[in-house]
Amino acid sequence: MTDNALLSVEDVVVDLPTPRGNLRAVDRVNLTVGAGQTLGVVGESGCGKTMLSRAILQLLPKKAKLSGRVMFDGQDLLQLSPEKLRKLRGRSLAVVFQDPMTSLNPVLTIGTQLIETLQEHLDLDEAAAVRRSVELLAAVGIPAPEQRLAQYPHQLSGGMRQRVAIAIALSCEPKLLIADEPTTALDVTIQAQILDLLAREQRRRHMAMIIITHDLGVVAGRTDEVAVMYAGRVVERAPTPALFKKMRMPYTEALLAALPRLDTAPHTPLPAISGRPPDPTRPLQGCSFSPRCRYAVARCQTEKPALTAAESREHQYACFHPIGIPAEASA
Amino acid sequence: MATLELEVAEEAVTQPARKGRRFGMLFWVAIGWLLFVFAVAVFANVLPLPSPTDMDMLERRAPFSAEHWLGTDGLGRDELSRLIHGARISLFVGVFAPVIGLVIGGALGMLAGYFRGRFESLVVGSMDVLLAFPPLILALAVTAYLGQSTFNLTLILGALSVPAFMRVARASTLTLARREFVIAAQALGATHARILLRELLPNVLLPLLAFFLLGVAVIIVVEGSLSFLGLGVPPPISSWGSMIGEGRESLDVAPRLAFLPAAAMFLTVLSFNLVGDTLRALTDPRQGAL
Repeated sequence: MTDNALLSVEDVVVDLPTPRGNLRAVDRVNLTVGAGQTLGVVGESGCGKTMLSRAILQLLPKKAKLSGRVMFDGQDLLQLSPEKLRKLRGRSLAVVFQDPMTSLNPVLTIGTQLIETLQEHLDLDEAAAVRRSVELLAAVGIPAPEQRLAQYPHQLSGGMRQRVAIAIALSCEPKLLIADEPTTALDVTIQAQILDLLAREQRRRHMAMIIITHDLGVVAGRTDEVAVMYAGRVVERAPTPALFKKMRMPYTEALLAALPRLDTAPHTPLPAISGRPPDPTRPLQGCSFSPRCRYAVARCQTEKPALTAAESREHQYACFHPIGIPAEASA
Repeated sequence: MATLELEVAEEAVTQPARKGRRFGMLFWVAIGWLLFVFAVAVFANVLPLPSPTDMDMLERRAPFSAEHWLGTDGLGRDELSRLIHGARISLFVGVFAPVIGLVIGGALGMLAGYFRGRFESLVVGSMDVLLAFPPLILALAVTAYLGQSTFNLTLILGALSVPAFMRVARASTLTLARREFVIAAQALGATHARILLRELLPNVLLPLLAFFLLGVAVIIVVEGSLSFLGLGVPPPISSWGSMIGEGRESLDVAPRLAFLPAAAMFLTVLSFNLVGDTLRALTDPRQGAL
């Protein structure tokens, strides 16, 4: 699997120096994405999802320290010169950000933003770039694309803006698209449309995709593999069907339980995960989920469980007391 | 598709509303006065005016007449002509000195706000040093040393306005550089130069231009003060400040000689402030909503 991987993230650690001490945003994360595959990265706010995506793109804040290896298409991104890296971004690696309000430049027209990206990477002349922009806008489902080129981001609705952001990301036919919470800022009806659009374009272009989200519902039907992150670490990783069929990590279970359901009676309180994530500047000795875990025992507080593949090679989790397996068997 | 139709209808409603009058009368009066002053100053040589430097000792401090619309000054020079030629100096210095500040200060501020680090400390530090000099004293010292000329005056006042522009540019770059569209541009493989020029500059330019108009108003007053003190433009040339200075001597006999240039300066500075304030108010709420 590692041989034909388009992207492999190996032992990536991101440290952010803060006034309160060192903050380990990403802690020894290993991930692989094959060509044409989709990986979902799920976790609550502040668990390091976005820092992981920035680490892959090498767009971390200047003070951040990064170690490990990020292999993309046979090259180690950490070793590349800034100039080579710059050419790779946009051309082979593209991103769609969370909030299309802020990810588009408010004072430039849609057309300018699209056309300049195309000209920068593909050496197209003005007319060809305009033609291609119109095609791209039409492909992402924007009506009257010719007129949209002259419009500013504030003249479009949130969903439309995200479509434009996707069109810009897709403009140079990237091999890997990182969608960082692409639907969080949109309302629910638009969310499904945008996710379907991403899935459709992914199939059509045979590109790999990483969907970063806090919503298990988003990754359920649309990913090949899911990695659940908590406090900077991957705590469970499995092919999507296996994860939803028999999740092992109590945190995954708690995340899924926190999704609202249609079949519960009205006014039923939503089961929330009690407590809050640990302070990332004060790492815990044991499992970082142990203070909030209802299965936690003494061992969980003193020892950190490693991410291991206990039952099948694909399904990995970091827990001493996985759900559905007696404690003795796994320990 | 239902969402789509809704959006088109919404646009149809908002489009005409945006073209409505929202500047108010005062703004347009100010614009009108500025246009008038600029036009008169630009075409001063073409207008059928008497020379501003020809003296007529028999007609000293003559009252308003058909020949001299605004009378003559203490040396018998046509007052209207001197006012108009004075406008040229005041506007030239008033516009070009802030242009120097806008270009140099804006560029330094954007670079400092974008790249941060040691370069930023250096720029901010040196600007603080420049700000620590009392500006009028510095201007006096430098004109005394370099000699009096319109060019030198513009240069000094321009240099003095650099720190303010630098601060405005740096402040807006700092907030803008953290926005996602800059990271998005980086993620799309944009160079630093491209991000600065194409992504950030159009955003920073709006507050800078609004500040520029306020800067023009300040510089016109400073130029007036320097000329009043006799350190502005060299004597035969008129400037509003030097005219007020010369008029001071005959305040008891012909107060209009000081009040006419003062009124011209007052109206012009007020107009620049009004226009600048209106434009600033226009850009501020949008900045918040971006």
